[in-house]
Amino acid sequence: MILVFAAVAVWIGAWAFNGWLANGRFSGLASVRLAVPLIFGATVIVVWEMIVRGLAVPAVILPPPSTIVGAFFGNFGILWPDFVQTFAKGALGGYVIGCGAALLTAILVDRYDFLRRGLLPVGSFMAALPIVGTAPILVMWFGFDWQSKAAVVVVMVFFPMLVNTVAGLRDTSAMQRDLMRTYGASYWQTLFKLRFPAALPFIFNGLKIATTLALIGAIVAEFFGSPTRGLGFRISTSVGTLALDVVWAVIVVAALTGTAFYGAVAWLERRMTFWHPSQRK
Amino acid sequence: MKALGPILAVVAAIIALWYAAAVPMNIQEVLTQAERAGAVVEPEGAMNRRDVSRFALVLKNADHLAESWSMERARLPAPHQVVKELWASTWDEEINGRRGIVKSGSLSNRSLIYHGSITLGATIVGFLIGSGLGILLAVGIVHSKTMDMSVMPWAIVSQTIPIVALAPMIIVVLYSIGVEGLLPKAVISAYLSFFPVVVGMVKGLRSPDAMQTDLLRTYGASKPQALWKLRLPASVPYLFASLKIGIAASLVGAIVGELPVQRGGLGARMLGGSYYGQTEQLWAALLFAAAMAAILVWLIGWIEGKTLRRMGVTP
Repeated sequence: MILVFAAVAVWIGAWAFNGWLANGRFSGLASVRLAVPLIFGATVIVVWEMIVRGLAVPAVILPPPSTIVGAFFGNFGILWPDFVQTFAKGALGGYVIGCGAALLTAILVDRYDFLRRGLLPVGSFMAALPIVGTAPILVMWFGFDWQSKAAVVVVMVFFPMLVNTVAGLRDTSAMQRDLMRTYGASYWQTLFKLRFPAALPFIFNGLKIATTLALIGAIVAEFFGSPTRGLGFRISTSVGTLALDVVWAVIVVAALTGTAFYGAVAWLERRMTFWHPSQRK
Repeated sequence: MKALGPILAVVAAIIALWYAAAVPMNIQEVLTQAERAGAVVEPEGAMNRRDVSRFALVLKNADHLAESWSMERARLPAPHQVVKELWASTWDEEINGRRGIVKSGSLSNRSLIYHGSITLGATIVGFLIGSGLGILLAVGIVHSKTMDMSVMPWAIVSQTIPIVALAPMIIVVLYSIGVEGLLPKAVISAYLSFFPVVVGMVKGLRSPDAMQTDLLRTYGASKPQALWKLRLPASVPYLFASLKIGIAASLVGAIVGELPVQRGGLGARMLGGSYYGQTEQLWAALLFAAAMAAILVWLIGWIEGKTLRRMGVTP
Protein backbone atom coordinates (compact mmCIF):
# COMPACT_ATOMS: atom_id res chain seq x y z
CA MET A 1 0.00 0.00 0.00
CA ILE A 2 2.92 2.30 0.79
CA LEU A 3 4.02 1.98 -2.81
CA VAL A 4 0.62 3.19 -4.01
CA PHE A 5 0.78 6.28 -1.81
CA ALA A 6 4.35 6.83 -2.97
CA ALA A 7 3.10 6.60 -6.55
CA VAL A 8 0.47 9.27 -5.89
CA ALA A 9 3.14 11.43 -4.26
CA VAL A 10 5.52 10.95 -7.23
CA TRP A 11 2.71 11.87 -9.61
CA ILE A 12 1.79 15.05 -7.73
CA GLY A 13 5.43 16.02 -7.27
CA ALA A 14 6.36 15.49 -10.91
CA TRP A 15 3.23 17.30 -12.08
CA ALA A 16 4.01 20.26 -9.81
CA PHE A 17 7.60 20.30 -11.05
CA ASN A 18 6.42 20.20 -14.67
CA GLY A 19 3.96 22.97 -13.89
CA TRP A 20 6.74 25.05 -12.43
CA LEU A 21 8.91 24.37 -15.50
CA ALA A 22 6.14 25.04 -18.01
CA ASN A 23 4.83 28.23 -16.44
CA GLY A 24 8.14 29.51 -15.16
CA ARG A 25 10.78 31.73 -16.58
CA PHE A 26 12.57 29.07 -18.62
CA SER A 27 9.56 27.64 -20.44
CA GLY A 28 10.78 28.98 -23.78
CA LEU A 29 14.09 27.14 -23.67
CA ALA A 30 14.50 24.23 -26.06
CA SER A 31 15.90 22.05 -23.29
CA VAL A 32 12.83 22.66 -21.11
CA ARG A 33 10.52 21.93 -24.05
CA LEU A 34 12.27 18.59 -24.37
CA ALA A 35 12.52 17.91 -20.64
CA VAL A 36 8.84 18.41 -19.74
CA PRO A 37 7.41 15.61 -21.90
CA LEU A 38 10.31 13.34 -20.93
CA ILE A 39 9.64 13.93 -17.23
CA PHE A 40 5.97 13.22 -17.86
CA GLY A 41 6.76 9.99 -19.69
CA ALA A 42 9.19 8.87 -16.97
CA THR A 43 6.58 9.68 -14.32
CA VAL A 44 3.97 7.53 -16.04
CA ILE A 45 6.40 4.61 -16.15
CA VAL A 46 7.48 5.01 -12.52
CA VAL A 47 3.87 5.33 -11.32
CA TRP A 48 2.88 2.30 -13.41
CA GLU A 49 5.69 0.25 -11.86
CA MET A 50 4.81 1.33 -8.31
CA ILE A 51 1.07 0.77 -8.64
CA VAL A 52 1.44 -2.63 -10.29
CA ARG A 53 3.85 -3.73 -7.55
CA GLY A 54 1.94 -2.02 -4.77
CA LEU A 55 -1.43 -3.55 -5.63
CA ALA A 56 0.22 -6.84 -6.71
CA VAL A 57 -1.55 -6.78 -10.07
CA PRO A 58 -1.10 -10.23 -11.67
CA ALA A 59 1.38 -10.25 -14.56
CA VAL A 60 -1.27 -11.73 -16.87
CA ILE A 61 -3.19 -8.47 -16.62
CA LEU A 62 -0.52 -5.79 -16.59
CA PRO A 63 3.19 -6.55 -16.16
CA PRO A 64 5.35 -3.81 -14.60
CA PRO A 65 7.69 -1.88 -16.94
CA SER A 66 10.80 -3.48 -15.43
CA THR A 67 9.54 -6.92 -16.46
CA ILE A 68 8.79 -5.62 -19.95
CA VAL A 69 12.31 -4.23 -20.30
CA GLY A 70 13.62 -7.58 -19.06
CA ALA A 71 11.49 -9.39 -21.64
CA PHE A 72 12.71 -7.01 -24.34
CA PHE A 73 16.37 -7.79 -23.73
CA GLY A 74 15.76 -11.40 -22.74
CA ASN A 75 13.93 -12.13 -26.01
CA PHE A 76 16.10 -9.98 -28.21
CA GLY A 77 17.17 -13.04 -30.20
CA ILE A 78 13.51 -13.73 -31.06
CA LEU A 79 12.41 -10.14 -31.52
CA TRP A 80 15.12 -9.29 -34.05
CA PRO A 81 14.01 -11.86 -36.67
CA ASP A 82 10.42 -10.75 -35.98
CA PHE A 83 11.40 -7.17 -36.67
CA VAL A 84 13.22 -8.11 -39.89
CA GLN A 85 10.27 -10.20 -41.07
CA THR A 86 7.58 -7.61 -40.36
CA PHE A 87 9.30 -4.31 -40.91
CA ALA A 88 12.25 -4.82 -43.26
CA LYS A 89 10.45 -7.28 -45.53
CA GLY A 90 6.69 -6.77 -45.18
CA ALA A 91 6.19 -3.14 -44.24
CA LEU A 92 9.15 -1.56 -46.01
CA GLY A 93 8.75 -3.65 -49.15
CA GLY A 94 5.09 -2.78 -49.45
CA TYR A 95 5.77 0.85 -48.54
CA VAL A 96 8.29 1.32 -51.36
CA ILE A 97 6.14 -0.46 -53.94
CA GLY A 98 2.88 1.19 -52.85
CA CYS A 99 4.21 4.73 -52.60
CA GLY A 100 6.16 4.35 -55.86
CA ALA A 101 3.10 3.07 -57.69
CA ALA A 102 0.95 5.84 -56.24
CA LEU A 103 3.49 8.45 -57.31
CA LEU A 104 3.53 7.19 -60.92
CA THR A 105 -0.27 6.89 -60.97
CA ALA A 106 -0.54 10.43 -59.62
CA ILE A 107 1.56 11.78 -62.51
CA LEU A 108 -0.72 9.93 -64.94
CA VAL A 109 -3.86 11.13 -63.17
CA ASP A 110 -2.58 14.66 -63.15
CA ARG A 111 -1.85 14.55 -66.88
CA TYR A 112 -5.41 13.62 -67.86
CA ASP A 113 -8.19 15.71 -66.40
CA PHE A 114 -10.74 12.95 -67.03
CA LEU A 115 -8.76 10.56 -64.84
CA ARG A 116 -8.39 13.19 -62.16
CA ARG A 117 -12.09 13.84 -61.97
CA GLY A 118 -12.87 10.12 -61.97
CA LEU A 119 -10.06 8.55 -59.96
CA LEU A 120 -9.65 11.17 -57.27
CA PRO A 121 -13.14 10.86 -55.69
CA VAL A 122 -12.80 7.07 -55.86
CA GLY A 123 -9.34 7.37 -54.30
CA SER A 124 -10.42 9.53 -51.41
CA PHE A 125 -13.39 7.22 -50.88
CA MET A 126 -11.06 4.22 -50.75
CA ALA A 127 -8.72 6.02 -48.36
CA ALA A 128 -11.52 6.10 -45.75
CA LEU A 129 -12.44 2.42 -46.06
CA PRO A 130 -11.27 -0.32 -43.69
CA ILE A 131 -8.74 -1.63 -46.22
CA VAL A 132 -7.20 -3.80 -43.49
CA GLY A 133 -10.13 -6.10 -44.30
CA THR A 134 -8.43 -7.14 -47.54
CA ALA A 135 -5.71 -8.80 -45.44
CA PRO A 136 -7.37 -12.26 -45.31
CA ILE A 137 -7.89 -12.22 -49.09
CA LEU A 138 -4.34 -11.16 -49.86
CA VAL A 139 -2.94 -13.70 -47.39
CA MET A 140 -4.93 -16.34 -49.27
CA TRP A 141 -3.51 -15.19 -52.62
CA PHE A 142 0.13 -14.55 -51.79
CA GLY A 143 0.75 -17.13 -49.08
CA PHE A 144 1.82 -16.75 -45.49
CA ASP A 145 5.23 -15.18 -46.05
CA TRP A 146 6.13 -11.51 -46.28
CA GLN A 147 4.82 -11.10 -49.85
CA SER A 148 1.21 -11.11 -48.65
CA LYS A 149 2.05 -8.55 -45.94
CA ALA A 150 3.73 -6.33 -48.51
CA ALA A 151 0.62 -6.66 -50.69
CA VAL A 152 -1.64 -5.51 -47.83
CA VAL A 153 0.68 -2.57 -47.22
CA VAL A 154 0.64 -1.66 -50.92
CA VAL A 155 -3.17 -1.54 -50.93
CA MET A 156 -3.24 0.44 -47.69
CA VAL A 157 -0.71 3.14 -48.56
CA PHE A 158 -1.69 3.55 -52.20
CA PHE A 159 -4.77 5.73 -51.92
CA PRO A 160 -3.69 8.23 -49.23
CA MET A 161 -0.43 8.66 -51.13
CA LEU A 162 -2.24 9.09 -54.46
CA VAL A 163 -4.66 11.69 -53.13
CA ASN A 164 -1.87 13.70 -51.51
CA THR A 165 0.42 13.61 -54.53
CA VAL A 166 -2.30 14.66 -56.95
CA ALA A 167 -3.21 17.54 -54.65
CA GLY A 168 0.47 18.50 -54.51
CA LEU A 169 0.98 18.43 -58.27
CA ARG A 170 -1.80 20.98 -58.62
CA ASP A 171 -0.24 23.28 -56.07
CA THR A 172 1.45 25.72 -58.45
CA SER A 173 0.16 29.15 -59.28
CA ALA A 174 -0.79 30.19 -62.79
CA MET A 175 2.02 32.75 -62.62
CA GLN A 176 4.64 30.05 -62.07
CA ARG A 177 3.32 27.83 -64.84
CA ASP A 178 3.16 30.81 -67.21
CA LEU A 179 6.76 31.61 -66.39
CA MET A 180 7.76 28.07 -67.34
CA ARG A 181 5.82 28.43 -70.57
CA THR A 182 7.63 31.67 -71.44
CA TYR A 183 10.87 29.77 -70.91
CA GLY A 184 9.59 27.33 -73.55
CA ALA A 185 9.74 24.44 -71.06
CA SER A 186 8.25 21.13 -72.16
CA TYR A 187 5.72 19.20 -70.06
CA TRP A 188 8.41 17.02 -68.51
CA GLN A 189 10.69 19.99 -67.79
CA THR A 190 7.83 21.78 -66.08
CA LEU A 191 7.02 18.62 -64.17
CA PHE A 192 10.53 18.01 -62.85
CA LYS A 193 11.72 21.57 -62.37
CA LEU A 194 8.56 23.23 -61.05
CA ARG A 195 5.62 21.05 -60.19
CA PHE A 196 7.37 18.08 -58.63
CA PRO A 197 9.44 20.19 -56.22
CA ALA A 198 6.33 22.24 -55.43
CA ALA A 199 4.48 19.00 -54.68
CA LEU A 200 7.14 17.70 -52.29
CA PRO A 201 5.50 18.99 -49.07
CA PHE A 202 2.28 17.18 -50.04
CA ILE A 203 4.17 14.06 -51.10
CA PHE A 204 5.96 13.96 -47.77
CA ASN A 205 2.66 14.41 -45.98
CA GLY A 206 1.42 11.31 -47.78
CA LEU A 207 4.66 9.46 -47.06
CA LYS A 208 4.35 10.27 -43.36
CA ILE A 209 0.74 9.06 -43.17
CA ALA A 210 1.82 5.93 -45.04
CA THR A 211 4.55 5.04 -42.49
CA THR A 212 1.98 4.30 -39.78
CA LEU A 213 -0.38 2.57 -42.20
CA ALA A 214 2.46 0.36 -43.45
CA LEU A 215 3.23 -0.95 -39.96
CA ILE A 216 -0.45 -1.43 -39.12
CA GLY A 217 -1.01 -3.34 -42.37
CA ALA A 218 2.02 -5.58 -41.90
CA ILE A 219 1.14 -6.41 -38.28
CA VAL A 220 -2.59 -6.95 -38.79
CA ALA A 221 -2.00 -9.10 -41.88
CA GLU A 222 0.05 -11.44 -39.70
CA PHE A 223 -3.00 -12.04 -37.51
CA PHE A 224 -4.52 -13.81 -40.53
CA GLY A 225 -1.60 -16.18 -41.02
CA SER A 226 2.17 -15.94 -41.09
CA PRO A 227 5.33 -18.02 -40.86
CA THR A 228 6.52 -18.62 -37.30
CA ARG A 229 8.10 -15.21 -36.98
CA GLY A 230 6.92 -11.62 -37.26
CA LEU A 231 5.67 -9.03 -34.80
CA GLY A 232 1.98 -9.77 -35.40
CA PHE A 233 2.60 -13.51 -35.12
CA ARG A 234 4.52 -12.98 -31.86
CA ILE A 235 1.69 -10.86 -30.45
CA SER A 236 -1.05 -13.34 -31.29
CA THR A 237 0.87 -16.39 -30.06
CA SER A 238 2.14 -14.71 -26.89
CA VAL A 239 -1.36 -13.46 -26.08
CA GLY A 240 -2.50 -17.04 -26.52
CA THR A 241 -0.05 -18.25 -23.87
CA LEU A 242 -0.67 -15.17 -21.67
CA ALA A 243 3.01 -14.17 -21.88
CA LEU A 244 2.04 -10.53 -21.65
CA ASP A 245 5.56 -9.31 -20.92
CA VAL A 246 6.60 -10.57 -24.37
CA VAL A 247 3.53 -8.94 -25.93
CA TRP A 248 4.46 -5.63 -24.34
CA ALA A 249 8.05 -6.06 -25.50
CA VAL A 250 6.76 -6.56 -29.06
CA ILE A 251 4.62 -3.45 -28.69
CA VAL A 252 7.71 -1.55 -27.56
CA VAL A 253 9.50 -2.77 -30.69
CA ALA A 254 6.53 -1.74 -32.87
CA ALA A 255 6.34 1.67 -31.18
CA LEU A 256 10.05 2.32 -31.55
CA THR A 257 9.96 1.16 -35.16
CA GLY A 258 6.98 3.33 -35.98
CA THR A 259 8.50 6.40 -34.38
CA ALA A 260 11.90 5.83 -36.00
CA PHE A 261 10.34 5.22 -39.42
CA TYR A 262 8.25 8.37 -39.13
CA GLY A 263 11.27 10.28 -37.83
CA ALA A 264 13.39 9.13 -40.76
CA VAL A 265 10.80 10.32 -43.28
CA ALA A 266 10.38 13.61 -41.39
CA TRP A 267 14.17 14.07 -41.40
CA LEU A 268 14.26 13.47 -45.16
CA GLU A 269 11.44 16.00 -45.51
CA ARG A 270 13.43 18.64 -43.64
CA ARG A 271 16.42 17.98 -45.88
CA MET A 272 14.45 18.08 -49.13
CA THR A 273 11.86 20.80 -48.48
CA PHE A 274 14.03 23.20 -46.49
CA TRP A 275 12.73 26.05 -48.66
CA HIS A 276 9.09 25.58 -47.62
CA PRO A 277 7.66 28.10 -45.10
CA SER A 278 6.64 25.32 -42.70
CA GLN A 279 10.25 24.14 -42.43
CA ARG A 280 11.91 27.50 -41.95
CA LYS A 281 13.18 28.29 -38.51
CA MET B 1 -23.99 15.16 -63.80
CA LYS B 2 -20.76 16.36 -65.33
CA ALA B 3 -18.89 15.31 -62.20
CA LEU B 4 -20.52 11.88 -62.16
CA GLY B 5 -19.44 10.78 -65.65
CA PRO B 6 -15.72 10.25 -64.97
CA ILE B 7 -16.44 8.59 -61.61
CA LEU B 8 -18.81 6.10 -63.22
CA ALA B 9 -16.25 5.44 -65.95
CA VAL B 10 -13.56 4.68 -63.37
CA VAL B 11 -15.90 2.44 -61.37
CA ALA B 12 -16.89 0.61 -64.57
CA ALA B 13 -13.20 0.18 -65.42
CA ILE B 14 -12.51 -1.28 -61.98
CA ILE B 15 -15.38 -3.77 -62.35
CA ALA B 16 -14.19 -4.72 -65.85
CA LEU B 17 -10.67 -5.23 -64.50
CA TRP B 18 -12.11 -7.37 -61.71
CA TYR B 19 -13.90 -9.63 -64.23
CA ALA B 20 -10.78 -9.85 -66.38
CA ALA B 21 -8.59 -10.67 -63.38
CA ALA B 22 -10.97 -13.42 -62.27
CA VAL B 23 -10.09 -15.48 -65.37
CA PRO B 24 -6.35 -16.01 -64.71
CA MET B 25 -6.90 -16.04 -60.94
CA ASN B 26 -9.31 -18.98 -61.10
CA ILE B 27 -7.76 -20.80 -64.07
CA GLN B 28 -6.26 -23.70 -62.11
CA GLU B 29 -9.51 -24.67 -60.42
CA VAL B 30 -11.55 -24.07 -63.58
CA LEU B 31 -9.34 -26.42 -65.60
CA THR B 32 -9.35 -29.07 -62.88
CA GLN B 33 -13.13 -28.99 -62.89
CA ALA B 34 -13.32 -29.05 -66.69
CA GLU B 35 -10.94 -32.03 -66.80
CA ARG B 36 -13.06 -33.88 -64.27
CA ALA B 37 -16.09 -33.25 -66.45
CA GLY B 38 -14.31 -34.94 -69.36
CA ALA B 39 -12.89 -32.05 -71.34
CA VAL B 40 -9.39 -32.28 -72.79
CA VAL B 41 -7.22 -29.53 -71.39
CA GLU B 42 -3.63 -28.64 -72.10
CA PRO B 43 -1.43 -29.73 -70.32
CA GLU B 44 -3.20 -32.68 -68.72
CA GLY B 45 -3.26 -33.33 -64.98
CA ALA B 46 -3.48 -30.77 -62.20
CA MET B 47 0.09 -31.55 -61.10
CA ASN B 48 1.53 -30.66 -64.51
CA ARG B 49 -0.37 -27.38 -64.58
CA ARG B 50 0.79 -26.27 -61.17
CA ASP B 51 3.99 -24.61 -62.31
CA VAL B 52 2.70 -23.26 -65.63
CA SER B 53 1.98 -19.53 -65.59
CA ARG B 54 -1.65 -18.56 -65.29
CA PHE B 55 -1.67 -16.51 -68.47
CA ALA B 56 -0.18 -19.35 -70.52
CA LEU B 57 -2.94 -21.61 -69.23
CA VAL B 58 -5.59 -19.09 -70.19
CA LEU B 59 -4.19 -18.78 -73.72
CA LYS B 60 -3.87 -22.54 -74.24
CA ASN B 61 -7.34 -23.38 -72.91
CA ALA B 62 -9.47 -20.59 -74.28
CA ASP B 63 -12.37 -23.02 -74.82
CA HIS B 64 -12.74 -24.03 -71.19
CA LEU B 65 -13.05 -20.67 -69.52
CA ALA B 66 -16.84 -20.62 -69.26
CA GLU B 67 -16.82 -21.50 -65.57
CA SER B 68 -14.38 -18.73 -64.55
CA TRP B 69 -17.09 -16.44 -63.31
CA SER B 70 -19.31 -18.99 -61.61
CA MET B 71 -16.85 -21.14 -59.61
CA GLU B 72 -17.72 -21.85 -56.02
CA ARG B 73 -15.00 -20.95 -53.51
CA ALA B 74 -13.11 -19.24 -56.31
CA ARG B 75 -9.78 -17.59 -55.55
CA LEU B 76 -11.32 -14.40 -56.88
CA PRO B 77 -15.12 -14.53 -57.11
CA ALA B 78 -16.61 -12.40 -59.87
CA PRO B 79 -18.44 -9.22 -58.84
CA HIS B 80 -21.90 -10.62 -59.55
CA GLN B 81 -21.15 -13.63 -57.33
CA VAL B 82 -20.20 -11.33 -54.48
CA VAL B 83 -23.29 -9.22 -54.99
CA LYS B 84 -25.40 -12.39 -55.02
CA GLU B 85 -23.81 -13.53 -51.75
CA LEU B 86 -24.32 -10.05 -50.32
CA TRP B 87 -28.00 -10.20 -51.23
CA ALA B 88 -28.37 -13.78 -49.98
CA SER B 89 -26.75 -13.01 -46.63
CA THR B 90 -28.63 -9.78 -45.96
CA TRP B 91 -32.12 -9.43 -47.40
CA ASP B 92 -32.75 -13.04 -48.43
CA GLU B 93 -31.50 -14.53 -45.14
CA GLU B 94 -33.55 -12.18 -43.01
CA ILE B 95 -36.79 -12.21 -45.00
CA ASN B 96 -36.95 -15.79 -46.31
CA GLY B 97 -34.46 -17.69 -44.14
CA ARG B 98 -35.49 -20.06 -41.34
CA ARG B 99 -33.40 -18.06 -38.84
CA GLY B 100 -34.33 -14.67 -40.31
CA ILE B 101 -36.08 -11.86 -38.52
CA VAL B 102 -39.40 -12.52 -40.24
CA LYS B 103 -39.68 -16.20 -39.25
CA SER B 104 -37.86 -16.23 -35.90
CA GLY B 105 -38.25 -12.69 -34.62
CA SER B 106 -34.53 -12.11 -34.17
CA LEU B 107 -31.69 -11.38 -36.58
CA SER B 108 -30.14 -14.47 -38.13
CA ASN B 109 -26.62 -15.23 -36.95
CA ARG B 110 -25.75 -16.06 -40.53
CA SER B 111 -26.67 -12.66 -41.89
CA LEU B 112 -24.33 -9.77 -42.40
CA ILE B 113 -26.91 -7.46 -40.84
CA TYR B 114 -26.50 -9.32 -37.55
CA HIS B 115 -22.69 -9.28 -37.73
CA GLY B 116 -22.67 -5.72 -38.99
CA SER B 117 -24.86 -4.55 -36.12
CA ILE B 118 -22.44 -6.11 -33.61
CA THR B 119 -19.52 -4.30 -35.21
CA LEU B 120 -21.50 -1.10 -35.54
CA GLY B 121 -22.45 -1.11 -31.86
CA ALA B 122 -18.83 -1.44 -30.77
CA THR B 123 -17.76 1.18 -33.30
CA ILE B 124 -20.31 3.76 -32.19
CA VAL B 125 -19.79 3.25 -28.45
CA GLY B 126 -16.02 3.36 -28.86
CA PHE B 127 -16.19 6.36 -31.13
CA LEU B 128 -18.37 8.32 -28.70
CA ILE B 129 -16.10 7.50 -25.75
CA GLY B 130 -12.91 8.17 -27.71
CA SER B 131 -13.96 11.44 -29.29
CA GLY B 132 -15.59 12.64 -26.06
CA LEU B 133 -12.42 12.05 -24.07
CA GLY B 134 -10.40 13.50 -26.93
CA ILE B 135 -12.36 16.75 -26.85
CA LEU B 136 -12.00 16.97 -23.05
CA LEU B 137 -8.25 16.39 -23.21
CA ALA B 138 -7.94 18.99 -25.99
CA VAL B 139 -9.77 21.55 -23.85
CA GLY B 140 -7.41 20.73 -20.99
CA ILE B 141 -4.37 21.03 -23.22
CA VAL B 142 -5.43 24.42 -24.53
CA HIS B 143 -6.03 25.78 -21.03
CA SER B 144 -3.11 24.29 -19.12
CA LYS B 145 0.39 24.97 -20.32
CA THR B 146 1.67 22.14 -18.13
CA MET B 147 -0.65 19.68 -19.82
CA ASP B 148 0.19 21.07 -23.23
CA MET B 149 3.93 20.64 -22.78
CA SER B 150 3.66 17.25 -21.02
CA VAL B 151 0.96 15.43 -22.98
CA MET B 152 0.86 16.96 -26.45
CA PRO B 153 4.22 15.58 -27.67
CA TRP B 154 3.10 12.10 -26.62
CA ALA B 155 -0.23 12.51 -28.38
CA ILE B 156 1.65 13.35 -31.55
CA VAL B 157 4.18 10.54 -31.14
CA SER B 158 1.37 8.08 -30.46
CA GLN B 159 0.05 8.69 -33.97
CA THR B 160 3.22 7.23 -35.42
CA ILE B 161 2.90 3.91 -33.59
CA PRO B 162 0.68 1.05 -34.75
CA ILE B 163 -1.78 1.06 -31.85
CA VAL B 164 -3.83 -1.67 -33.50
CA ALA B 165 -1.09 -4.06 -32.34
CA LEU B 166 -2.50 -3.66 -28.83
CA ALA B 167 -5.92 -4.97 -29.85
CA PRO B 168 -5.52 -8.72 -29.22
CA MET B 169 -3.97 -8.06 -25.83
CA ILE B 170 -6.70 -5.65 -24.72
CA ILE B 171 -9.36 -8.16 -25.75
CA VAL B 172 -7.74 -11.10 -23.98
CA VAL B 173 -6.85 -9.17 -20.82
CA LEU B 174 -10.33 -7.69 -20.47
CA TYR B 175 -11.75 -11.14 -21.20
CA SER B 176 -9.63 -12.67 -18.43
CA ILE B 177 -10.95 -10.22 -15.86
CA GLY B 178 -14.50 -10.96 -16.89
CA VAL B 179 -15.26 -8.07 -19.25
CA GLU B 180 -16.57 -9.40 -22.53
CA GLY B 181 -18.97 -8.59 -25.28
CA LEU B 182 -19.13 -5.11 -26.69
CA LEU B 183 -16.91 -3.25 -24.25
CA PRO B 184 -13.42 -4.61 -25.08
CA LYS B 185 -13.93 -3.84 -28.77
CA ALA B 186 -15.28 -0.42 -27.88
CA VAL B 187 -12.13 0.23 -25.83
CA ILE B 188 -9.97 -0.41 -28.91
CA SER B 189 -12.25 1.73 -31.07
CA ALA B 190 -12.11 4.51 -28.48
CA TYR B 191 -8.34 4.27 -28.32
CA LEU B 192 -7.97 4.54 -32.09
CA SER B 193 -10.33 7.50 -32.47
CA PHE B 194 -8.96 9.29 -29.40
CA PHE B 195 -5.67 10.67 -30.71
CA PRO B 196 -6.83 12.04 -34.07
CA VAL B 197 -9.57 13.95 -32.24
CA VAL B 198 -7.13 15.33 -29.65
CA VAL B 199 -4.70 16.58 -32.28
CA GLY B 200 -7.46 18.04 -34.49
CA MET B 201 -9.30 19.68 -31.61
CA VAL B 202 -6.17 21.31 -30.17
CA LYS B 203 -5.54 22.80 -33.58
CA GLY B 204 -9.17 23.93 -33.80
CA LEU B 205 -9.35 25.42 -30.30
CA ARG B 206 -6.21 27.40 -31.07
CA SER B 207 -7.47 28.57 -34.47
CA PRO B 208 -8.97 31.91 -33.30
CA ASP B 209 -6.36 34.57 -34.07
CA ALA B 210 -4.95 37.15 -31.69
CA MET B 211 -7.39 39.81 -32.85
CA GLN B 212 -10.39 37.69 -31.83
CA THR B 213 -8.99 36.65 -28.45
CA ASP B 214 -8.03 40.27 -27.77
CA LEU B 215 -11.55 41.39 -28.56
CA LEU B 216 -12.94 38.95 -26.01
CA ARG B 217 -10.44 40.24 -23.47
CA THR B 218 -11.61 43.80 -24.02
CA TYR B 219 -15.14 42.55 -23.39
CA GLY B 220 -13.85 41.21 -20.08
CA ALA B 221 -14.81 37.64 -21.01
CA SER B 222 -13.80 34.91 -18.59
CA LYS B 223 -11.95 31.78 -19.73
CA PRO B 224 -15.09 29.59 -19.83
CA GLN B 225 -16.91 32.31 -21.78
CA ALA B 226 -14.05 32.50 -24.26
CA LEU B 227 -14.18 28.72 -24.56
CA TRP B 228 -17.93 28.55 -25.18
CA LYS B 229 -18.35 31.63 -27.35
CA LEU B 230 -15.15 31.69 -29.35
CA ARG B 231 -12.92 28.64 -29.13
CA LEU B 232 -15.51 25.87 -29.41
CA PRO B 233 -17.43 27.41 -32.32
CA ALA B 234 -14.15 28.11 -34.10
CA SER B 235 -13.03 24.52 -33.64
CA VAL B 236 -16.11 22.94 -35.23
CA PRO B 237 -14.68 22.56 -38.78
CA TYR B 238 -11.52 20.99 -37.33
CA LEU B 239 -13.63 18.77 -35.10
CA PHE B 240 -15.59 17.33 -38.00
CA ALA B 241 -12.45 16.73 -40.06
CA SER B 242 -10.97 14.69 -37.23
CA LEU B 243 -14.28 12.96 -36.44
CA LYS B 244 -14.29 11.60 -39.99
CA ILE B 245 -10.82 10.15 -39.49
CA GLY B 246 -11.84 8.99 -36.02
CA ILE B 247 -14.92 7.02 -37.08
CA ALA B 248 -13.04 5.25 -39.87
CA ALA B 249 -10.34 4.33 -37.33
CA SER B 250 -13.01 3.19 -34.86
CA LEU B 251 -14.47 0.80 -37.41
CA VAL B 252 -11.03 -0.66 -38.15
CA GLY B 253 -10.49 -1.05 -34.41
CA ALA B 254 -13.79 -2.87 -33.93
CA ILE B 255 -13.09 -5.21 -36.85
CA VAL B 256 -9.56 -6.03 -35.66
CA GLY B 257 -10.91 -6.41 -32.13
CA GLU B 258 -13.23 -9.17 -33.33
CA LEU B 259 -10.39 -11.32 -34.63
CA PRO B 260 -9.12 -12.89 -31.37
CA VAL B 261 -12.49 -13.78 -29.84
CA GLN B 262 -14.84 -15.31 -32.38
CA ARG B 263 -18.17 -14.05 -31.06
CA GLY B 264 -19.73 -12.59 -34.17
CA GLY B 265 -19.06 -9.36 -35.98
CA LEU B 266 -17.64 -8.54 -39.39
CA GLY B 267 -14.07 -9.29 -38.30
CA ALA B 268 -15.08 -12.75 -37.11
CA ARG B 269 -16.95 -13.27 -40.36
CA MET B 270 -13.88 -12.35 -42.41
CA LEU B 271 -11.59 -14.61 -40.40
CA GLY B 272 -14.13 -17.43 -40.67
CA GLY B 273 -14.34 -16.89 -44.42
CA SER B 274 -10.58 -17.05 -44.74
CA TYR B 275 -10.27 -20.19 -42.58
CA TYR B 276 -12.86 -22.15 -44.51
CA GLY B 277 -12.04 -20.79 -47.96
CA GLN B 278 -15.49 -19.19 -48.26
CA THR B 279 -14.22 -16.40 -50.46
CA GLU B 280 -17.64 -15.11 -51.42
CA GLN B 281 -18.54 -14.73 -47.76
CA LEU B 282 -15.23 -12.97 -47.18
CA TRP B 283 -15.72 -10.52 -50.03
CA ALA B 284 -19.32 -9.90 -49.04
CA ALA B 285 -18.24 -9.09 -45.48
CA LEU B 286 -15.52 -6.81 -46.84
CA LEU B 287 -17.95 -4.94 -49.09
CA PHE B 288 -20.43 -4.69 -46.23
CA ALA B 289 -17.74 -3.19 -43.99
CA ALA B 290 -16.75 -0.78 -46.77
CA ALA B 291 -20.36 0.30 -47.21
CA MET B 292 -20.68 0.78 -43.47
CA ALA B 293 -17.55 2.93 -43.36
CA ALA B 294 -18.77 4.98 -46.30
CA ILE B 295 -22.18 5.53 -44.69
CA LEU B 296 -20.65 6.49 -41.33
CA VAL B 297 -18.23 8.97 -42.91
CA TRP B 298 -21.00 10.33 -45.12
CA LEU B 299 -23.28 10.71 -42.09
CA ILE B 300 -20.68 12.78 -40.28
CA GLY B 301 -20.15 14.82 -43.42
CA TRP B 302 -23.92 15.39 -43.60
CA ILE B 303 -24.09 16.52 -39.97
CA GLU B 304 -21.07 18.72 -40.67
CA GLY B 305 -22.82 20.37 -43.60
CA LYS B 306 -25.98 20.98 -41.57
CA THR B 307 -24.07 22.32 -38.56
CA LEU B 308 -21.83 24.63 -40.54
CA ARG B 309 -24.80 26.02 -42.41
CA ARG B 310 -26.68 26.52 -39.16
CA MET B 311 -23.65 28.31 -37.71
CA GLY B 312 -23.37 30.48 -40.77
CA VAL B 313 -19.88 29.30 -41.71
CA THR B 314 -21.03 28.15 -45.14
CA PRO B 315 -23.95 29.80 -46.94
